[in-house]
Amino acid sequence: MATSNTGVEVRLPSAPRGRGLRLGGTRGVDLIAKMLTLVAAVSVLLVTVWLVIELWEQSELSRHAFGFRFLLDRAWDPVFGHFGAMPFVYGTLVTSAVAMLIAIPLGVGAAIFLAELAPRGLSDTLTFLIELLAAVPSVVLGLVGIFVVVPWVRTSFGPFLKDIFGFLPLFQGPIYGVGFLTAGLVLAIMVLPFIVSISREVLLSVPNDLREGALALGSTHWESTWKVVVPTAGTGILGSIFLGLARALGETMAVSMVIGGTPQIAASLFAPGYSIASVIADQFAEATGDLFRQSLVELGLVLFGITVLLHAVARLLVNTTARKAKGAA
Amino acid sequence: MNRLTWRKMVNAVMSSVTALCALIAVVPLLFVLGLLVVKGTSSLNWAFFTKLPVPVGETGGGIANAIVGSAELLLLAALFGVPLGVAGGIYLSEFGGWGVPFVVRYAADLLVTVPSIVIGIFAYAVVVLPVGHFSALAGGFALGVMLLPIVVTNTEQFLRTVPVWLREGSLALGAGHWKTTMSVVVPAAMQGILTGILLALARVAGETAPLIFTAFNNAYWNRGLNQPVSSLPYMIWIYGISAYDDWHRQAWAAALLLLGLVLVVNVLSRLVLARRMASRRIA
Repeated sequence: MATSNTGVEVRLPSAPRGRGLRLGGTRGVDLIAKMLTLVAAVSVLLVTVWLVIELWEQSELSRHAFGFRFLLDRAWDPVFGHFGAMPFVYGTLVTSAVAMLIAIPLGVGAAIFLAELAPRGLSDTLTFLIELLAAVPSVVLGLVGIFVVVPWVRTSFGPFLKDIFGFLPLFQGPIYGVGFLTAGLVLAIMVLPFIVSISREVLLSVPNDLREGALALGSTHWESTWKVVVPTAGTGILGSIFLGLARALGETMAVSMVIGGTPQIAASLFAPGYSIASVIADQFAEATGDLFRQSLVELGLVLFGITVLLHAVARLLVNTTARKAKGAA
Repeated sequence: MNRLTWRKMVNAVMSSVTALCALIAVVPLLFVLGLLVVKGTSSLNWAFFTKLPVPVGETGGGIANAIVGSAELLLLAALFGVPLGVAGGIYLSEFGGWGVPFVVRYAADLLVTVPSIVIGIFAYAVVVLPVGHFSALAGGFALGVMLLPIVVTNTEQFLRTVPVWLREGSLALGAGHWKTTMSVVVPAAMQGILTGILLALARVAGETAPLIFTAFNNAYWNRGLNQPVSSLPYMIWIYGISAYDDWHRQAWAAALLLLGLVLVVNVLSRLVLARRMASRRIA
C-alpha cells in the first residue's frame, strides 16, 4: 500500500492481489486520470441539464401568466404585456414546410444519383461540394437572401407563381419579396446538404447482394434502385428528412433576414411573418421588462422541445436502418 | 412500344432526373461563392482590415475590431470547449464502461442539435444576467457550449480508429492505462483530433445567433473580457440589414472574408482526413 502525492490511497502493481482498492486493475495514476476525464465527460451532460433548467426558470413569469394558452394565443403585444406564441409557431412550421417540400425531392433525388447511379469519382466530387454548402454560415446565406432572393421573388418568381396558382389563397395578395416563401426558399438551401449527405450514406449501407439479386432477375438499374434499394433504406432516408427538419426549425439568422418581421398568421405565402428563432434574435436584446423577455425565453423553450423531440425520432430511424443493413449483410 | 423499351426509357429518364437533382444541389454553393467574390473583392483593401468603422454617412473605415473580436471569441470558446471536450472524448473512448458513455453520448448528440439561438439564451441567463451587461466572456461561453459536444464526439471517434493491437502492445510492455493512452493512443489519433477541433472552430466562427445578446457589438476596440465585443458574423448581419450602401459594400467584403476562411479550413481538413482514411485502408 502506498499513498500518492495527491493523498489518494493506491496499490502499486507489484503489490499482491487482494481485496484492497483495485478498480478493474487500474493503478493510481490511471485512477486519477479516469476520474478527471470522467468529470470532463460528465460536464457535457451537466451543461445540457443546466441549459434545460435555465430555460425553465427564466420563463417562469411567462409560464405562470399565460399557462398553456401561450401556445395558442395569437397576440404579441409588448406595450400591454400580452404575449402568445401562435404567430411564431405558425411561421416556423410554414417556412419549414416550404423548405422541406423543395428539399426532400431534390435531396433524395440527388442522394439516389450519388449513391446508386453516378460513377465513383463524380459522386465523390459532387458530394464534397454539396457537403461544403453545409459549412456556409447562416448569416452569409441571409445576406445573399436579402440582396438576391428577395428581389427575385418580388419581381420574377412571385408574379410567376401568382399567374399560375393565383386561384389558391396561398399565392394571393401583394408580393413584398420578404415573407414565408422567401424564408422557405433560403431554408431549403440550408437543409439540402443534410438530406443529401445522410440519405446517400444510408443508401450506400444497403448490402450489394440486394442490388445484384434484382439485376440478376432482369430488372433495369433504375428498377433495382427504386424497388429494392430505396425501400430498404426507407427508414434511414426518413431519418435524414427529420434531421433536416430539426435544422430548419431552429435556423435563425438567414430566416430573420428575409422573413419580414411581422407577427401575423396569413394564408398567403407572399405575406411577411415571423418564426420562433427569428423573433428571439430580433427582440431579445431590446426586450424591456421581465415578462417580455421571459416570454421570449419561453418561445426558446418551445423551440428546444420541438427540436429535441424531432431529433430523437430521427436518430431512432437512422440507427434502425443502420442496424438492419448490418444484420442483412 | 413494347414493355422492354418502356422500362429502358424509364431507366434513362429517371437517371437523368436524379442527375439533374444532384447538379441543382451543387449550384447554391458555387453561386454564393461567385457572388461574394464579385461583390466583395473590390472592398477588401488595407483600410478594411486595419481601420475601425466610421460613423454613418462617412465612407471608408474598416472592420478591424470585428476581425480581432471574432478571434478573441474563438479563443475564449476554445479555452472552454477544447480541454473539456478532448478529456471527455478520451474518457468515452478509453475509460468508459457502458452506462456513463451512453448517457454522455446522448447528451452530446442533443446539445449539438439545440438551435444556436437557444444556446444564446442560455449564455445570457448564465453570464449576462448575473453580471448585468453584455461581454466577450458571455459570447465566448456561448460559442464554447456549442464547441464542447462537437469536440467530445470527434475526439472519441478518432480515438476509436486507433487499432486495438497498438494498445495491447503498449500494455504488454508494462505501460499503464493512462501512459498507454497519452503516449500511444492519443498521438496516433492526434492529426484527426486537431482537424476535428479546427472544423468545429470553423463552424462556430460563423455563428451569429448566440452572440446577439451575449457578446453584442462594439464599434471600438474591445477593452477587456467583461466588455461587449464585435464579431465578423454580427457585423455582416448589422451591415446587411442596414440602409446604407457603404455598409452593404462592407458586409459583402466581410462575408467573403468569413466564407473564405471557413471554406479553406473545411477543404484542407477534409483533404487531410481523406488521406488519413486512405492510408488506413492500405494498412
